[in-house]
Amino acid sequence: MNIHEYQAKAVLKEYGAPVAAGVMITSVDEAEAAAKKLPGPLYVVKSQIHAGGRGKGRFKELGEDAKGGVRLAKSVEDVVANAKEMLGHTLVTKQTGPAGKVVNRLYIEDGADIARELYLSLLVDRSTGRVAFVASTEGGMDIETVAEETPDKILTLPIDPLSGVSDADAAKLAEALELEAPAKDEFGQLARILYKAFSDEDMSLLEINPLIVMKDGHLRVLDAKVSFDGNALFRHPEIVELRDKTEEDAKEIEASEHDLAYVALTGDIGCMVNGAGLAMATMDIIKLYGAEPANFLDVGGGASKEKVTAAFKIITADPNVKGILINIFGGIMRCDVIAEGVIAAVKEVGLTVPLVVRLEGTNVALGKKIIEESGLNVIAADDLDDAAKKIVQAVKG
Amino acid sequence: MSILVDKNTKVIVQGLTGKTGTFHTEQALAYYGTKMVAGVHPKKGGQTWENGVEGAAELPIFASVAEAKEKTGATASVIYVPPVGAGAAIEEAIDAEVPFIVCITEGIPVMDMVRVKAKLDKSKSRLLGPNCPGVLTPEECKIGIMPGSIFKKGSVGVVSRSGTLTYEAVFQTTNAGLGQTTAVGIGGDPVKGTEFIDILEMFLADDATESIIMIGEIGGSAEEDAAQFLADEKKKGRWKPTVGFIAGRTAPPGRTMGHAGAVISGGKGGAEDKIAAMEKAGIVVSPSPAKLGDTLVEVLKG
Repeated sequence: MNIHEYQAKAVLKEYGAPVAAGVMITSVDEAEAAAKKLPGPLYVVKSQIHAGGRGKGRFKELGEDAKGGVRLAKSVEDVVANAKEMLGHTLVTKQTGPAGKVVNRLYIEDGADIARELYLSLLVDRSTGRVAFVASTEGGMDIETVAEETPDKILTLPIDPLSGVSDADAAKLAEALELEAPAKDEFGQLARILYKAFSDEDMSLLEINPLIVMKDGHLRVLDAKVSFDGNALFRHPEIVELRDKTEEDAKEIEASEHDLAYVALTGDIGCMVNGAGLAMATMDIIKLYGAEPANFLDVGGGASKEKVTAAFKIITADPNVKGILINIFGGIMRCDVIAEGVIAAVKEVGLTVPLVVRLEGTNVALGKKIIEESGLNVIAADDLDDAAKKIVQAVKG
Repeated sequence: MSILVDKNTKVIVQGLTGKTGTFHTEQALAYYGTKMVAGVHPKKGGQTWENGVEGAAELPIFASVAEAKEKTGATASVIYVPPVGAGAAIEEAIDAEVPFIVCITEGIPVMDMVRVKAKLDKSKSRLLGPNCPGVLTPEECKIGIMPGSIFKKGSVGVVSRSGTLTYEAVFQTTNAGLGQTTAVGIGGDPVKGTEFIDILEMFLADDATESIIMIGEIGGSAEEDAAQFLADEKKKGRWKPTVGFIAGRTAPPGRTMGHAGAVISGGKGGAEDKIAAMEKAGIVVSPSPAKLGDTLVEVLKG
C-alpha cells in the first residue's frame, strides 16, 4: 500500500526524523492560511499523487511552458497563485502514463536552503533476507539511472536484525554519503530512526530522495516515499486509515475486496487463472500468440463459487475486453467448483464475448462435464497452448 | 533416489486441526501412505485427530513441536498456520531443531520472515517456503498441497517459485513419459528459506535425477544467481540438461503480480535479464509455459 508524501513525512516525524513544517490542502481557499502558518519567506508547493517524477511532470491543462508539479514560491500570494494552477489539474509524469493523475491534494512546505542532495532508502534485501540501506551521493535523480551509469556511487548495506544499526554501519553510510559535521554527527541517529520506523511499521520501501544537507550544515528529509507490506496491514489499523482510494484503479479496489489479486493492463483478452505464476505465464502465452492481456487475475488456491463469480464480473466490466480465457490447474482448487462459478457468473452477467476455458487437475472430468452440459457457448481447450491459440483466434478473427 | 523427502520421512503438522491442514493431511496420507505422524496445537495437546482415509490411523496431537518431535522421531514439519502466527510457528520448529520445515502459508509479513531468517541462519534446520506448494517425491512422500495424481516416478528434477507452474512442469513431464525424481516449490515470497541454488545443488548430486526443469518469475535476482551457479558447476564438469521458464515477460514494472516477490522494481528483476542469464549458462529457456515437457524431450534427444 502506498501513501502520499505528506503522510509519509508525518509518520517519519513521529519517529523523530527531521522534516520541514508543512500543511496539506485540498482547496485553493485553504492556501493562504496554510502558507501563513509557515515561517517563509521561501515555500514549496508540492502535488500529492502516488507517482514519482512530479517535479519534471507537466500539467495537461496548462501550456507547455507552465511549471511542473513541484514549485517554489517566494510569497504567500505566490503560493496561492500556484495552488490555483495546480489543484484539480492533471499531472503527467513519467510514472503516471499519458493519462496522468488529477492533483486533489497539495502540500505547502517550508522552503530550505540546499547545500547538497543525497539519496537514502531502506528496503528488504532479498539475497540476505535483511533490511538494507541504499545510500548514494547522487540525490535528486533516479536511483535506477545512478545504478546504470555510476554503480560505484551506490552503497547497499544490509543490517543484522538481531543488533540493529551499529555504529560501524552508521559510519559506513555517513562515509558513502561524504558527510561532514554537523550532518555527520546527526546521521547515526537518523539512520536508527529510519530503521526503527521501517521495521515497526512494516514498510516495504522507505525512500528519501533527496535527503539534503542544508546550508547551515544540518540534515533534512526533503522528500519521502513510503510503501507498506500489504500482508502486515492487519497490525497497523492507523496506517490503513491513510489509504487514498482515489489513487487506485476502481477494478483493483473491487478485486481486493474479494481477496483477488488483480492488476489492470491495457490489452483486450481478460484472464482468470489460479496461481500467480500461472497467471503471469498465461499473460505471456497470450502475447506469444500475438495478442495482449487485459489484466492479471489470480483467483487464489481456495477460491469459492462466489469468488469466481466476482472475478468474472470484474473482467467483463472492463470495456476493453474482447475475449476471456479461464485457465485453471486445480491442485487445491477443484475444477468442478470453478465450472459452477463460471456458469453462475455467465447466467448472472451474460456473455457477450468469446470465452475459452481450460481445466486441468483435481476433478477435471466433472468440471468439463458441468460446462458441457450447461449449454453455454464456451470454447473448451485441451491444454494451455490450445487455450491461448483459441482465444487469440476468437478475438482476432 | 530423490531429494529432501522419501518414504522414510516422518512428518508432523503445525495447524493440523484447521480446514486446510485437515484436507491436505488426508491427501498426504492417501498418497502412498506418506508418514504423517502427529499434529501440533498449543491447546489441543493430548487429543487425537481422526481422518477419513482408509487404513490410516488417527494421529496424536501434541501441545508443542518439541514434544511431537521427541515422541514420534519426526524429521520434518509442515506448517498450515494462518499468516498472523505462521512466523512464530516456523520459529518454534527451528527451536525444536526439526531438520526440515515446510511452510505452505501465504501472506506472512516480510518483517516476520526477516526475523525467522536471522534465526534460521544460526540453526541446522532447512526451511522450504513460505508461500510454497511444498515438495513431492513420487510414490514415496507428499508434503504440502501438490496434486499427487499428476506425478509419475521418473528422472526429472523440478524446482519452481510458482505452485501452479510446478504442476504444469510435472504434468507435462509425466505426459512425455519422463516422470520426476522430486518436485520442489520454493515459494513466491521475497524472503524465504530455500533458494534455487540449494535445490539445484541437490539435483546435481542426486544420481536418479537426469535432467532439471527450473521455473522462475520476475522479481529479485535468484534466477541470475542460479544460472551463475550452474555455469560455475559446468566448468567443474558437473552438468545435467536443464530447461527453464520465466513467468512475467508481459508484467508491467512496479506492480506486484500476486506473489509478494513478483515485482520488477528499480529496473531490476525483469524477465529478459533472467532469460539472458539462464541461456548464457546453457539452460534452454522455453518461451511457452505449455512447452516445458516438449522442450526437455528435444534437449534430451541432443
